[in-house]
Amino acid sequence: MIARLRAPGLHRGILAIPLGIGFAYAIDLPIRAASHYHPVLDGTAILQISMITAPFAFLFGLGAFDYWFYWAAGRPTRAEDHSSHGARSWKDYFRVNTDHKVIGVQYVCHSFLYFFIGGLFAMLMRVQLAQPGGKFVDANTYNGLFSVHATLLIFLFVIPVFAGLANFVLPLMIGAPDMAFPRLNALSFWLLPIAGLMLLGSFFAPGGSFASGWTAYAPLSTSAPIGQVFFTLGVQFAGASSIATALNFLVTIITMRAPGMSFFRMPLLVWANFSTSLLVVIATPFIAASQFFVLLDRALGFNFFNAGSGGDVLMYQHVFWFYSHPAVYIMMLPGFGIISEVIAVKARKPIFGYRMMAFSLLAIVILGFTVWAHHMFTSGMPAWLRDPMMITTAIIAVPTGVKIFSWLATLWRGVLHMDTPMLWAMGFITMFTLGGISGVMLAMVPFDLDVSKTYFVVAHIHYVLFGGSVFTIFAGVYYWFPKMTGRMYDERLGRWHFWTTLVFFNLTFAPMHVIGIEGMPRRVADYSSQFATWNLFISIASWALGLSTLIFVYNMVVSWRGGPRAVANPWRALTLEWQVSSPPPIFNFDSLPTIVGGPYEYGVPGAVHAVFRDGAHVPAPAGSRAMVHQE
Amino acid sequence: MAETHGAQDTPHRPPVSRNTVLRLLGIGVVAAAIGIAIGLSIPWFPRAAAKQAHTIDTMYYVLIICTVPVFVLVTTIVLFSGFRWRMRPGEERLDGPPIHGSTRLEVIWTALPSALIAALVVYAAVVLHDIGVAQPNTLRINVTGQQFEWTFSYPTYHDAQGKPIVTYQLYLPNNRPVIFEIHSVDVIHTFWVPAFRLQEDAVPGITTSFRATPDRLGSYPVICNQLCGYGHSTMRTTLHIITTSAFSTFLAEHGYSGPSAQTASVHSPVTTSSTLADAGPTASKEGSQ
Repeated sequence: MIARLRAPGLHRGILAIPLGIGFAYAIDLPIRAASHYHPVLDGTAILQISMITAPFAFLFGLGAFDYWFYWAAGRPTRAEDHSSHGARSWKDYFRVNTDHKVIGVQYVCHSFLYFFIGGLFAMLMRVQLAQPGGKFVDANTYNGLFSVHATLLIFLFVIPVFAGLANFVLPLMIGAPDMAFPRLNALSFWLLPIAGLMLLGSFFAPGGSFASGWTAYAPLSTSAPIGQVFFTLGVQFAGASSIATALNFLVTIITMRAPGMSFFRMPLLVWANFSTSLLVVIATPFIAASQFFVLLDRALGFNFFNAGSGGDVLMYQHVFWFYSHPAVYIMMLPGFGIISEVIAVKARKPIFGYRMMAFSLLAIVILGFTVWAHHMFTSGMPAWLRDPMMITTAIIAVPTGVKIFSWLATLWRGVLHMDTPMLWAMGFITMFTLGGISGVMLAMVPFDLDVSKTYFVVAHIHYVLFGGSVFTIFAGVYYWFPKMTGRMYDERLGRWHFWTTLVFFNLTFAPMHVIGIEGMPRRVADYSSQFATWNLFISIASWALGLSTLIFVYNMVVSWRGGPRAVANPWRALTLEWQVSSPPPIFNFDSLPTIVGGPYEYGVPGAVHAVFRDGAHVPAPAGSRAMVHQE
Repeated sequence: MAETHGAQDTPHRPPVSRNTVLRLLGIGVVAAAIGIAIGLSIPWFPRAAAKQAHTIDTMYYVLIICTVPVFVLVTTIVLFSGFRWRMRPGEERLDGPPIHGSTRLEVIWTALPSALIAALVVYAAVVLHDIGVAQPNTLRINVTGQQFEWTFSYPTYHDAQGKPIVTYQLYLPNNRPVIFEIHSVDVIHTFWVPAFRLQEDAVPGITTSFRATPDRLGSYPVICNQLCGYGHSTMRTTLHIITTSAFSTFLAEHGYSGPSAQTASVHSPVTTSSTLADAGPTASKEGSQ
């Protein structure tokens, strides 16, 4: 029993949490006593320190730092014998595991858990908004619901689910046995449950959850009840996870590509995650900074954002959006990568304009850093900033347009396998185009002066993040489901899921454009009765949209447990992840592949992407042009 | 070294005939025309009540005309591809033609959207400049936001005690240019008048502003459009646009006894602080210029 509690794992992790809280008391009490604060025992102070020390204690108990502590203490480290690789039972998914495939599954399942929690919050919001004068929750709870909804779906779903899919697929795609830093990879994942529980836990804080939106503008956030700190610190853990993963991807992509895989032979998903990781490592420290400012303002009275003491209120927004605009691309570029994979394979054609597809990703990375203040056109920032930000924002539509047109040209004259992943990909192209169009409209400052912060903006971001990101996520999950689980999903249910989601998504979010322009502000618990009809309509559609995801859950659970066994390469794809068994062997490749051509050479006579020296794997039974390399 | 096996006998998809392209183009043009017609016939906006609003409404309809064809183009190609090129029985092993790209096409679909967007940006910049132009005889109104209430004061009209007239609903004379100078005493609010199509944040520590010229009598909502706390959704008031004579009566009722409203306040346009250097915590910034 004792031995079991001393061994790294969830038991020891949970046991360590009280130690972390005790440590918070040990820091706080002497300092308050020495500084003659009254009272010496202050719950708020303890809580804030505990929220930093308890998570680290948990990670320590979990064993996330064991190797490094042993090494630092000069004790014999357990050599990495890869004994923690692979998952033999479901329990292995609840341990610190250094296998990128296990971590990928952990990421994806954990993210989807928060997808459903966040979605549930949205439906609760729609209950409140079904009629004007809704009494379902009070205004403060409502503000909390939409704040937590957005925060969970951004930081605990869209960003990490992409990291999870790429975690599983990317090392396979580039012919690597694992990520560059497997232990850091495991730590990155285990930071996420901490962030998630912290954000959810804010509902139990005195004064309610954080309720200043996911943007947490100061000085509303610096003067809010203690629930706000759950956001301030929760985001730090999610951000640290994100930065560590991005660093891992960058090093993996730069140093661990199989022989012959030049940058321009990489699949576009790898390019997309390379670009995204650049964005993450450069931009994410800015949101960390903005939240540290808020924390220092709240906890120690720094007055960064207190105008009465010489603080600068607008500075918060500049720092915040310097991350949070690139974050929009962090939430979209990996999806672009997924769509490129799916469309090339399912249309049986090479990606049209491969190099331009790669360069447009890099263009978006660079331009993404130049547009942040378009979120601030009506913020009272210096007026001269409006024109340059409008110009850069409009320009960024061009590389995005290049991608859309290239996908369309890839479809042209292809042999379209219209199965579930392809339906999501084609749905994505149309829905994302709508989101892009409303984005260009919002970039036009005079129009933004009217509809900024209205339901028009709510419609826009949901067309971009739901019709955009979430559609690509579904495309990716269905596409790689056979590889990740070794089972096939139910195609008929997949199609039902797509069509119901497409219909109810549009019924939910399209009318929001209308009520936004008519003058309905966002983030309100109550509204003028002139919007009653549309709001009831939207609420009903949103509940149906929520129900449509149950088809997905049922399909995933039942197929994972008892779907037909998947063959290694059900889609006849050329990229490397499909050249190994489903699910892949523990160390991915029994022999390292050599890359001899591009990843999308469908229909090219005699084209090969990779060869395996020992012929242990049969590469590329793609079309009729399968190749077996023989010595 | 490498060898192929199972040579492909089935031919690739044939190129699309000129006729099909023309028909597709026809469908696209008709769909775009219908889309634009629908877009223009929807009464999107609430009643406009300022000169600036008409300019912005026009701009929105121009945006509709420019962007609907883009959506129609993309959707038409996706739907056409889905119907025309879906895999049919017997085509399970068929691949598409190995087309890797076309520099000409890529130049076209980089250049054309760039041109469209450049035109829109220039147009938007002109509109933005026009709606912010300073007018003679501008009425200055101080707008103050606080949780969860708006206060308006008329600094050029003093009551018997020599204090500016203060109201909680906004009264404006018709057809006289206004500049709103916006303040906040606690957190950020947004002073939004949907009938004007204009808004600007009320930010603690600085003064923001925008200009409008009311041009239609009536009452319109004034809305706080920035989340400002639990009472945010109730932070609303009413704007009344009234005739010049009614405005004089309004002023008189609030204790103003100076010269008539028409002549009293020939107000020179507020100068913009051009650098941030002189922008202390209370510096004035002009929002809409």
